[in-house]
This record gives sequence, C-alpha cells and structure tokens, in this order.
Amino acid sequence: MDDKQRNEAYNKYVSAKIPKTKAWPSLFNSFWVGGLICVIGQGINDLLLLAFPNLSMQTAWTLTLITLIFLASFLTGLGVYDQIGKFAGGGSIVPITGFSNSITSPSIEFKSEGIIYGICVKMFTIAGPVIVFGVVSSMVVGFIYWIISLF
Amino acid sequence: MQIFLDYLCVFLVGGFVCMLGEVLIITTNITSARILVTFVLIGVFLEAIDVFDYISNFAKAGINVPIIGFGASLAKGAIGAVKTHGFLGIFTGGLTATAGGIAAAIGFAFLFGLIFKSHTKK
Amino acid sequence: MHKNQTFKLKRKPKIIGSYTIVGPKEGKGNFGPYFDYVMKNDYFGEKTFEKAERKMIESAVTGVIQNAKLQTKDIDMMIAGDLLNQIISSSYAARAFKFPFLGVYGACSTMAESYAVASVLVDGGYFENVVCCTGSHFSTAERQYRFPLELGNQRPPTSQWTVTGAGASVISLNGDGPCITSVTFGKVVDFGVNDVNNMGAAMAPAARDTLLAHFLNTKTSPNDYDLIITGDLGKLGSEILIDLMEEEGVTLGVNYGDCGQMYYKREQKTLCGASGAGCCATAFNSYIIKKIKEGQYKKVLFLPTGALLSSISTQQGDTIPCVCHAIVIEKE
Repeated sequence: MDDKQRNEAYNKYVSAKIPKTKAWPSLFNSFWVGGLICVIGQGINDLLLLAFPNLSMQTAWTLTLITLIFLASFLTGLGVYDQIGKFAGGGSIVPITGFSNSITSPSIEFKSEGIIYGICVKMFTIAGPVIVFGVVSSMVVGFIYWIISLF
Repeated sequence: MQIFLDYLCVFLVGGFVCMLGEVLIITTNITSARILVTFVLIGVFLEAIDVFDYISNFAKAGINVPIIGFGASLAKGAIGAVKTHGFLGIFTGGLTATAGGIAAAIGFAFLFGLIFKSHTKK
Repeated sequence: MHKNQTFKLKRKPKIIGSYTIVGPKEGKGNFGPYFDYVMKNDYFGEKTFEKAERKMIESAVTGVIQNAKLQTKDIDMMIAGDLLNQIISSSYAARAFKFPFLGVYGACSTMAESYAVASVLVDGGYFENVVCCTGSHFSTAERQYRFPLELGNQRPPTSQWTVTGAGASVISLNGDGPCITSVTFGKVVDFGVNDVNNMGAAMAPAARDTLLAHFLNTKTSPNDYDLIITGDLGKLGSEILIDLMEEEGVTLGVNYGDCGQMYYKREQKTLCGASGAGCCATAFNSYIIKKIKEGQYKKVLFLPTGALLSSISTQQGDTIPCVCHAIVIEKE
C-alpha cells in the first residue's frame, strides 16, 4: 500500500501546484459572446416574424435554430468557430451553435477516412451523447406523464 | 424602448446561462460533450417541472438558443405526444419536436464535411 | 538501482550529422533560427496531415544523410518512431529507403530511445552508420488523442502543444561531431496521475527516477554537466521535477532546462509549453547540437520523458505510465 499512499500524496501535491488562472476574463468573455449569440437568435426570430407574420411561434423558433445551426456549421468549415471557442469557451459551447460545431467538426476532420467510415461514423463522436441523453430523458419524462395520465 | 429592454433581457439571461457553462469548465475541466449533455438534461428537467415556459416568456432567445431549449423541446414534444397519442407518444414525441434542428445539424455537417478541409489551430 | 541500467560507451559513438524540419508555428518559436527547414504550412503539400507527417520524417532522413556527407548506401540501419498508432508514419517513411528498420516507441522520449539503442549498437561494432529519426505532428496527434481541430473547446491551463516537426541524426564511429559517452535506460514509473491534460506532472517522476539512477551509476552530480535538459515536461512539469529532486537532496540549478518550456515564445499561447516526440528531437538536433559544436556546452545530459498512454487507457480512466531515458553528449 506504500505506492498508493505515495500516489495520493503526489496527486495532492500536483493539484496544489497547478497554476491558478484568472477566472474573471474567461467568465466575462463567455458571458458577452453567449449573450450576443442569443441576441442574434432573437433578431433572426423577430425578422422572420416581421417578414412572415403568419408563421406560428413554434415554426419561427425552429427556423431560427436551423439558421443558427447553419451559420455555426459554416463558420466551423471556414475554421473560424474554433477560434471563437478558444476565446469564449462556454459562451460558444452552450448555445445550439456549439452543438452544430460539435457535429460539423468531426465530420470535416475525419473526411480523410472516407464518407461512410469517416464523415458518417465519426459525425456523432461528440454530439452522439447529447442526442442519446436528450432522447432517453425525454422518453423518461413522456413515460412518467403517460403513467400519470392513466390515473 | 420596450424592444431594447427585451433584447437586454435576452442578452443577460443568455449570457448568464453560457457563463454557467464556463464555470463548469473552469471548476471541473469537463469536455464540451459533457457540458452539452448537462445542459440538455437541465432543459428536459425544466420542461418536465413546467418551469421552462415561464422563463421562456421573458427571456425568449436567451433560454431557447442555449442547448437548454433543445432539451426543453424534447421533453415538451414527448409530453404533448403522450397527451394526444397516449403510449406511442413516449417514443415519437421527443424526436418529432426536435426533428428540424437535428436534421439541420446532420445535413449541414455532412455538406460542409464534404466541402471543407480542416485547418490547423493557431 | 538495477545493475545494468547505465552503460558507458567505450568507443564513444559520434553524432556526425543532424537535421530538423518543423511546422510554421515552431519556426516562429524560440529555436526558430536554428532549424534547417521550416514548412510553409502543416499540410506540406499532402492531402492529409498523416501523409504530411510521413513526408516530414522522410525528408528529415534524406536531409540528415546529406548533412552527414554520406550516401544512402552508407546507412546500415534506421531507428525511428512517432506518436501515431503502430508508429505508422515511421514505417511508411522507412519504406522509401532500403535500410534495415527498427521501429521504436517511447512517446515523447522516442528520440532518446533511438539514440540509446543506436549508440549501443554502434558501440558494439555491429553497425557503422545508424540513422535515428523521430517526428510528431500537432494535427495528427490532436485527433488521435484529443478532439477534432475545428471543435471550439478551450485547452486547460496545464495542457501542452504537440510540436509539428521531425529531427534526425546519424550516429557513427567515423567522422566528427559530439559523442555519446553514456546511456541510462529508464524504467516505467507511474505516480497515479490520470489527467491527460497534465502530462508534465505525470512524467516528472519518471525523469526523477532516471536522473537519480544516472547520477548514482555514473557517480556524477548536476554540477558535472554544463546543461541538464529534459524533453517536454513543460513549465509545470519541470517545476515539479525541481521540487522532486530537491526532496532527494539534489539541486537542479541554472544549468537545468526543459525543451518543452523553452520551445515556444510566450505570446504563442501554448500554456505549459511544447510536447510530442518532435519537441526534443527538433530542439536537440538544432539548438543544442549547434551549441555543443560551438563549445558553449561541453557536457550535456539529455533526458526526454515519454507518457506511454493510449486513447483507450485514457477513456478507461487508467493512470499514465511514463518513461525517461538519459544520454550524455560530450564535445569530442
């Protein structure tokens, strides 16, 4: 057990030694970039409703999200989104644009392994868990509502 | 004036949600896949306890654009489909409601995957 | 300490040629003026980054043979390695030449491993001219070990930047150049670090182990060397090594340095510095070799460290086993 104690002591020493970076600048950057992406989304939504007053709220939101997904995917292809991400961190990961980036980036990266085994297989390496967890948890919620509705 | 306040609200709520993500990154060093999963689950939960719509009413894009909105639509779809179709709704609801976003993400990723080449980081 | 960990090389094999090729970012770093060739972009005229890495190693081997003023037919053996699975880049590069080929893998310590094996083979008189070559590529390593390049994520403050570059040397008994006088083969050391973004902390104990064994077996101390240089512990890792050695009563002073820490300029934002098999290979074959030849350093202890992890062991949450080999280079 000597090794185990040594390792624990060493890990403790290392975590104390890790340089503490200043959190405030990155928090601030993630705040304003994230807020800005949401404002852009709101702007697209308002413009859509202005141009097509007959759209339902639901359809307008779906179109807004599709537009944002398109923009993020395109910026990822141009090699711009990862630089935004380096600067903004959570600010560009948490919005739906981050989801789009996480699907497009492996798709571009693994093109060299071919369309089937490269693009199609690797597309979900990062976003896969998001869809899986989202769908499974929505099924759980639906199941609970179904049980409640029985009574 | 009203429109300015609306946008300010969107900015503040959206920024705050994203900042929470950054707090997670700084404190736990988790990867972006885990952050996305966490926020989707938060969205599903908020919708399940029927809180999401209250936030959405004043925050609008501030809560719908973050991936929380995606989780909320999944849950909302499942609940709505259970109400109309019963048992089958558990399976069809979530994906039906979010089909647009998922299909767009996959479609554009495929398209741009074909077109673009990856760039080295600077 | 194991009896046969350190070898004294009686016939003193010489490094008769050296050559380096690096990517554009590396060319702008601190060792920039010393490199032989700086690529204009990371694709190096190839379709994929993997092919670029292969071509980089090939041209390093071609370059070093010229630098040593030899012909391809004079080379008896090539010892090479890289970071990709099954050291595929080196194997492809070796395909282009008609030499016997030994593939070695020691992660970022590969250069020292190939030097150590080559100098023992040459010293034993079995081979005359042996080429050692090691390379790594940021973009191939990034996608094998981490995330796609275009993903908008942030790098943790302890992470290091994989060097795009390849370095090569020719080891021989004939000719002029700095000589390798002794070699210490390292043992695998694991202090239970499992954070892949903190390689420096994982590797520092391995460097400590080899350093202590080397000092003991050769009866030397840090003051006997003009330069003690570790491979790619980075900023954090080298600070940890200094602390660890202090605990053992050995002080690493101003003559201690780390290739990873020295590699990039501060404004290049690489956080804890450089890493990768190409890091110490290119730093050693450019800057350090030149400074030894100029006479600034007469006796150098070179100890690259390697984190022997795979992407699977990482995902399974395993700790990182590390190794460090030491070689002593002296001006002839």
